[in-house]
Amino acid sequence: MKAIETVEQPHLTTRPAMRSGDTVRVHVKVREGDKERIQVFEGTVIGMHRGGARATFTVRKVSFGQGVERIFPLHSPTIDKVEVVRSAKVRRAKLYFLRELRGKAARMKEQKRTA
Amino acid sequence: MITGIIGRKVGMTQVFEADGTAVPATVIKAGPCVVVQAKSAATDGYEAVQIGLVEDGPAKVNKPTAGHYKKANVPPTHVRRELKVAPGGDPLKAGDSVLVDIFAKGDRVDVIATSRGRGFQGVIKRHNFGGGAATHGSMFHRAPGSIGASSFPSRVVKGMRAAGRMGADRVTTRNLRVVGVDTGEHLLVLRGAVPGAPGGLVVVRRAVARKPDPQPQPEKKRGKK
Repeated sequence: MKAIETVEQPHLTTRPAMRSGDTVRVHVKVREGDKERIQVFEGTVIGMHRGGARATFTVRKVSFGQGVERIFPLHSPTIDKVEVVRSAKVRRAKLYFLRELRGKAARMKEQKRTA
Repeated sequence: MITGIIGRKVGMTQVFEADGTAVPATVIKAGPCVVVQAKSAATDGYEAVQIGLVEDGPAKVNKPTAGHYKKANVPPTHVRRELKVAPGGDPLKAGDSVLVDIFAKGDRVDVIATSRGRGFQGVIKRHNFGGGAATHGSMFHRAPGSIGASSFPSRVVKGMRAAGRMGADRVTTRNLRVVGVDTGEHLLVLRGAVPGAPGGLVVVRRAVARKPDPQPQPEKKRGKK
């Protein structure tokens, strides 16, 4: 094992197999003073950025007509869990074209995938 | 007690703290090292140790150097550096090994290394000159400007900052926090960046001018909206 991998190993977490086009529910731990609660961010994964402990994924949703994107560190301890709700058939790794599309045009065909 | 160790920069990554903070981290393969010579006040006039970085296979050295290593009864190394010793602890003898366990998580260290060479660079990149406006009729862009007066002194004063070779200098980065030590793999993980390219030689020593650790700021009481 390479030295960098040795250092990153204890920081890696097990996340479900996600890919672009999946609709996910990301359970984020939010600290407010001394209290901690879980906030859910649900949207479409429009890109995965690999790289060991530095890996991130981008989730896009449309909230009250306003597009919102959040980039999460894949192995961050602030992410309680990630649920894959739905998978869609997509033909590219980065779905940045969705930013230009609204409503019906931004739909994607569901694909049942056996994980 | 020895104050430092020789190593090689491996590269950068990030590690997470328990509260989810991502910490930028540099991984250094530090050691194992051997003491090649222990200098003492009696024989050399000052206290220090010369250590060598043990890498795969002995180095090919000339006869005088081979004799120097033979005295310590250690195989020749490619790299040797002298480091100061702090009072206290067992005095090191030639042939002793120096491992990364001299540092612990939370320690502050200085890293001395050779920065990456940048080639011939202008004054803006090399000395942080301001330069001129790009547009609005400006004809002065990235030039250094005036370098002195005319008939007196009729020369350019020494030390005038000018364009030239940049980088490949000895650089010390101070007060880096140790975020991890792996004694089995001889790895040292430091917070922040370290001069030089991956594979470059670094000397990690105990911080000489340690700053106090940042204290957590008391959270401000938020009033009702």
